[in-house]
Amino acid sequence: MSESESVLPLDRRGFLKVGAAIGGGLVLNLALPVALKSTWAAAAAGSSNFAPNAFIRIDRTGAVTLVMPMVEMGQGVYTALPMLVAEELEVDLDQIRLEHAPPNDALYANAILHVQTTGLSSSVRAFWTPLRQAGATARTLLVSAAAKRWGVDPTKCQARRGVVYDAAAARRLRYGELVDAASALPVPAPDSVLLKQPKDFTLIGTPAKRLDSPDKVNGKAQFGIDVKVPGMKFAAIAISPAFGGKLRSVNEAAALAVRGAHQVVRIDNAVAVVADHTWVAKKGLEAAEVRWDDGPNATVGSGDILRQLEELSRQPGAVARNQGDAQKALAAAAQRFDVVYQLPFLAHAAMEPMNCTVHLRKDRCDLWMGTQAPTLTQALVAELTGLPKDAIKIHNHLLGGGFGRRLEADGTLLAVRIAQHVEGPVKVIWSREEDIQHDMYRPAYYDRLSAGLDESGKPVAWIHRVAGSSVLARYAPPLFRNGLDFDAVEAAAEPPYDFPNIHVDYVRVEPPGIPTAFWRGVGVVKNVFIVESLIDDLAAAVKQDPVTYRRSLLGHNPRALGVLNLATEKAGWGQPLPPRHARGVSLQSAFGGYMSQVAEVEVARDGTVRVSRIVCAVDCGIVVNPDTIAAQVEGGSLFGLTAALYGAITLKGGRVEQSNFHDYRPMRMNEAPTVETHIVKSMEAPGGFGEAPCACVTPAVTNAIFAATGKRIRTLPIDTGQLKS
Amino acid sequence: MAFTIGVNGSAHNVELEGDTPLLWVLRDVLGMTGTKFGCGVALCGACTVIIDGIPRRSCVTPISSVGEGAVTTIEGIGTTPQGRALQRAWLDLDVVQCGYCQSGQVMSAAALLMATPKPSDSDIDAAMSGNVCRCGTYQRIRAAIHQAATSRAKADDV
Repeated sequence: MSESESVLPLDRRGFLKVGAAIGGGLVLNLALPVALKSTWAAAAAGSSNFAPNAFIRIDRTGAVTLVMPMVEMGQGVYTALPMLVAEELEVDLDQIRLEHAPPNDALYANAILHVQTTGLSSSVRAFWTPLRQAGATARTLLVSAAAKRWGVDPTKCQARRGVVYDAAAARRLRYGELVDAASALPVPAPDSVLLKQPKDFTLIGTPAKRLDSPDKVNGKAQFGIDVKVPGMKFAAIAISPAFGGKLRSVNEAAALAVRGAHQVVRIDNAVAVVADHTWVAKKGLEAAEVRWDDGPNATVGSGDILRQLEELSRQPGAVARNQGDAQKALAAAAQRFDVVYQLPFLAHAAMEPMNCTVHLRKDRCDLWMGTQAPTLTQALVAELTGLPKDAIKIHNHLLGGGFGRRLEADGTLLAVRIAQHVEGPVKVIWSREEDIQHDMYRPAYYDRLSAGLDESGKPVAWIHRVAGSSVLARYAPPLFRNGLDFDAVEAAAEPPYDFPNIHVDYVRVEPPGIPTAFWRGVGVVKNVFIVESLIDDLAAAVKQDPVTYRRSLLGHNPRALGVLNLATEKAGWGQPLPPRHARGVSLQSAFGGYMSQVAEVEVARDGTVRVSRIVCAVDCGIVVNPDTIAAQVEGGSLFGLTAALYGAITLKGGRVEQSNFHDYRPMRMNEAPTVETHIVKSMEAPGGFGEAPCACVTPAVTNAIFAATGKRIRTLPIDTGQLKS
Repeated sequence: MAFTIGVNGSAHNVELEGDTPLLWVLRDVLGMTGTKFGCGVALCGACTVIIDGIPRRSCVTPISSVGEGAVTTIEGIGTTPQGRALQRAWLDLDVVQCGYCQSGQVMSAAALLMATPKPSDSDIDAAMSGNVCRCGTYQRIRAAIHQAATSRAKADDV
């Protein structure tokens, strides 16, 4: 098979021996200075910070092991981060082995999030400098060791593919032969090592093959759900269908009458059956005739939540941005628009259902799962069990999709509460129904906007009120200040356009009992849809082409203009299309980068929407792996499009109405558009990319629907009923 | 009840109720975790295996129905010419993202190529639309199936 099959990207036992250098050798524990920024937001907007995070290990055989501080959930960091190290370390990717990092904020914190958490499209931004410095420091030491042995000037030596050569390339020493000598040398300060100039990169910027691919096509890849622990039992769970409800009764005898079912575990809001294998556990649970008290939210329905949002969004909120005098400008405007946008709750529905395997003993707790937040999880399990943090052993795995769901520890804590009643290890797997009905949801939002145009059609007033649950206030309370959730207003407070008078505020509205969480694309997803829809409305109102109109508002924003021009050029903007077909455009500035998409859409007479083609231009600064950028555009666009076309979690009787992929529909292959990616060559600092395409796609599609039908979509998901003609 | 099933050419004896889905036999009893649980009701295709050349959702396939059928899973598909060609194409085009659904995708694609060596786009839609990928890798899956079909056709010419 192909050469990449020889790569062994993940040592499955690796996590058990972290910190122990195999066969002696060089252990480079790179403690890097921390420059903490005051807020997540400030940091997210700007440069990479240093953080004590990287961990390189080279043994006497020359094997290079990289401990991955961020987790792989499809976004490609298990390739991009190794590329950063390999570029400076002067090794090839096929010489590197990867291990999942154990929980340790001191070593592995992401400099943007300040914790060892994978999210906010921050991995490459946060580790761009630290991991290159880590590689350069290691290479410097290895070259110095070789030069010392030869008695030559180290600056005359060169490293290539894990080998140091002298000036004449007459003498050579492999890294493996140098590790002991290199270990004896003093480690230079990370910022004292010289990093390559971007023009000298040989790996960064080239389309590298993913290091995690081989094991993902032959069944060997280990996700959390795949762990095998000797003596492990299997549990199926049911959680109170109504949020806030409690377990009332269980027919334990009936459950245990199922052969192979061993134990019924009751906790206040859930019940589990522990058995020899998952199927028996499920059957035991079915037999258990579980009854619930629905609790305080027993009558809550989607209508109540909408009414609550509608009412509270009339109140002024915490001000996110106030420039000029938007109210005054609105009052004086030649034309005025007042619009409302409504967005539903969304589930994450990662392909790997929630699961966690726990072995709780008197003095330690071992946990096997895939988590985006290992240190947070460790701390919460310590709190729950009363064990010290270092007795909580997190064995992290590949994630079968994260999308923000695995930032949360609720599933892990539930598994631990079950394990508190079970002798020996137990694997708790949620059914898909539990996974969808007990997700923590992307908040429902209700946004009110007003815009005013002057005589020439320029937007002289822009007022945007965001109303909805604050995930930030729950997840990171110190960052929720003065009632402002900066995530909920991201890309709304700083749209890419010239708005002389702009006022953006936020009203926190917590729905009763319904847990909310970050969802791929975070606040940007909703705000780009809303801003780009209203801009499109304004262009139509003044009878201008949507691209021309946007261009006229981008005087100060050359990078935004650049992607807009590239996307529309590649898409053939303005060229004729068949009847009922149309193009729509969108533009965004978020996650430290710029993106523009053009969607081609066909709206059938029955209102059915078919998206046939998406053309995307991106400027995300220096690109580490262009193939990953393309893959994220392809996949992220479909993720966003799935939500726009089908995604809605609704409530009735205090419970979620959807249960599986028939009523919480993913996009399928026969519905998927072709997606083209065009990358702007840039020397700017790298931007984040795992989430950006999820946002930009929706307004491109709804603007195309507007162009095809004259109907403006202001409520998601798209109601095809209103598009009938 | 006692059952003997043939998986990837090896016979396995298991003692289970006959309604136990093949998925859980493979994963929890035989320890073959390449076959994935996604929905439990044949809506997502993550659990796809091939039995006698036919793609089957193992989450709704009771072990009692397997009988003498030859079960092929992702762990064994690389020994078939179609599976080998597909795995190579999947790597060439770097199809995977999170990878969780990809066992099922490769298995459905292998069954397609066994029945239809040179599939059209609509053949691919028909065979693959039961396999959900939340990462949205469909475009590359389609391209990889075409590439594998082409490489198989070339191999047959030799």
